[in-house]
Amino acid sequence: MQIPVQGFMYPNEVELQWSILIVLYPYITGLVAGAFILASLERVFRVEAVKPTYRLALLTALAFLLVAPLPLQLHLGHPERSFEMYMTPHRSSAMAMFGFVYLWYLMAVLLLEIWLDYRRDIVLRSQTGTGWKRGVYRLLTLGSSNVSERSLRIDERLGYFITLIGIPSAFLLHGYVGFIFGSVKANPWWSSPLMPIVFLFSAMVSGISAVMLLYMFSTWVRGQRIDMRCLDTVARYLLYTFIIDFSLEMLDLLQRIYEADESFRSLDFMVHTRLWTSQVIIQILLGTVTPIALISLTQVLRCSDTARKQIYAVAGSLTMVGIFAMRWNVVIGGQLFSKSFLGYTSYKMGFATREGLLPAIVLMILPFIILWVLVKLLPPWPESASLSESDAVAVHATS
Amino acid sequence: MELTRRRLLMLLPAAAVAWNYVSAGTPEASPNYKMTEHWWAMLIDIPKCIGCGSCVRACAEENDVPEGYFRTWVERYHVADWKIEKPEVESPDGGKNGFPPHTDDDGKNFFVPKLCNHCVDSPCTQVCPVGATFITPDGVVLVDKNYCLGCRYCVQACPYGCRFINPKTNTAEKCTLCYHRITKGLTTACCEVCPTGARQLADLKNPKDPIHEFLRTHTVQVLKPHLATEAKVFYNGMDGSVR
Repeated sequence: MQIPVQGFMYPNEVELQWSILIVLYPYITGLVAGAFILASLERVFRVEAVKPTYRLALLTALAFLLVAPLPLQLHLGHPERSFEMYMTPHRSSAMAMFGFVYLWYLMAVLLLEIWLDYRRDIVLRSQTGTGWKRGVYRLLTLGSSNVSERSLRIDERLGYFITLIGIPSAFLLHGYVGFIFGSVKANPWWSSPLMPIVFLFSAMVSGISAVMLLYMFSTWVRGQRIDMRCLDTVARYLLYTFIIDFSLEMLDLLQRIYEADESFRSLDFMVHTRLWTSQVIIQILLGTVTPIALISLTQVLRCSDTARKQIYAVAGSLTMVGIFAMRWNVVIGGQLFSKSFLGYTSYKMGFATREGLLPAIVLMILPFIILWVLVKLLPPWPESASLSESDAVAVHATS
Repeated sequence: MELTRRRLLMLLPAAAVAWNYVSAGTPEASPNYKMTEHWWAMLIDIPKCIGCGSCVRACAEENDVPEGYFRTWVERYHVADWKIEKPEVESPDGGKNGFPPHTDDDGKNFFVPKLCNHCVDSPCTQVCPVGATFITPDGVVLVDKNYCLGCRYCVQACPYGCRFINPKTNTAEKCTLCYHRITKGLTTACCEVCPTGARQLADLKNPKDPIHEFLRTHTVQVLKPHLATEAKVFYNGMDGSVR
């Protein structure tokens, strides 16, 4: 396949090395980190209003975290050797160390926190359930069926402690993804000390937005009323993090424009041509300025509940598109120009190829299927908690 | 210890694993070659390069380089008068078949052969997640294709565009400075065929190597010195427009 080139590229640079799958990877890990940070608002910072989203946020984080390594795995030339990253890691490599950050976050933070939070429900369901479900819940108890007040208090305290560790871990998880790009000194589009922090805030924006949309959608599907106090609070946090994120990105941009180093002319040309639609139109105007303006409207104008819900739905969806565009512009944009700063190449995405659009779509649907299973197994809804309450009374009465 | 059939069967898999690890990281070398006695580099004398492309062809043949990828290539620069920041550069098929005549006489033309710079502080070896690419004790950056994951991080990290993914092995590949030849006392394939001596293999640890005299008496540069990679491919007579 002939790739259109403009100007001069080093001959080995014409073909892009990192595809749409590598765009998905920071997008998905960002959703994980953002969802977890939203969950921790309730647990650690006692923002009671967002409580209805707490468990949903944790399950969302888990569903996406389980999928996060798959795009990387699919992209590797030798996926069967990927375990070598754990067996013989190269300590100076940001990518190798990320493997351990991921494992730490999955095993020590997320799984443990979800298990502790749901342990009481799991035990109750293992006693009241029937058939294969009973077996699954019994397995999930990991042999611990003590739901006495004292043990639940220990769960609560331990859960709080894990969330405390979880916040810096979530920061580390996505800040580190930013570092993987930001530390490549050969590439001026990536190389920036601001990269980890920009990635972190954009992760929070996407994660909060995803949980907000999932909360609205799941409440609508279940025919329940949306808790507007909760939704308003989540939207407000989305606005705050979005403003910080946008300011950081603009700061980076201003610095680059004012410094105008040797790479500037080349990057500037790229933004005005190949990246114009994905960066200026989709990422900045549609995906950032519009949602910020829309949510700000709800803060200054008195809008009805219905109007606010509609605004949040539109702003949230645009945010998801905008953050995806941001990941696209970083990963793909960073490979479109020559390191000689004398030319530009193009990205030709296949469809049903190993790194094409189809596997990318499947990988983006997969977390929602996992989330659906998780939600069926461990219902995160407030009303299922009260259901468990009556079950608990029944279990205690029979024991 | 008596070597029973049972013990032998138990030892064999362990020995196979151990041998695999030993052989994986050991580059091919001749018996009398001592890595610690060498520190390899290359000298490119730009005014001597005629852009014939012999080096590119020899490299491709010697190292079975796949079509469309390059372990070494030649660029032709055309710099019009004072426009040092906007050179016109071309490298059709890596300069493998030479270059068509340049018709524009406004400004200067020259050829710049490129290859892996075998940097001492190489960004590519730094980022490899499993250490599959490494610098040997004699200063050559190599890739172990039996260990490389094909993650392409090293390709991104190389500032000079010297790496690519071999579509046959799905692993990273680059110039090895013809390691299989230089450890047997030969020079690299590209240096061997260069008709003007524009490319010279150099051993910086050998006090008798003419490179020392050359470096003392000429103004040489490395590519992108601001990236502090300590590149070991030295260019004589390099114009400021070269990237």
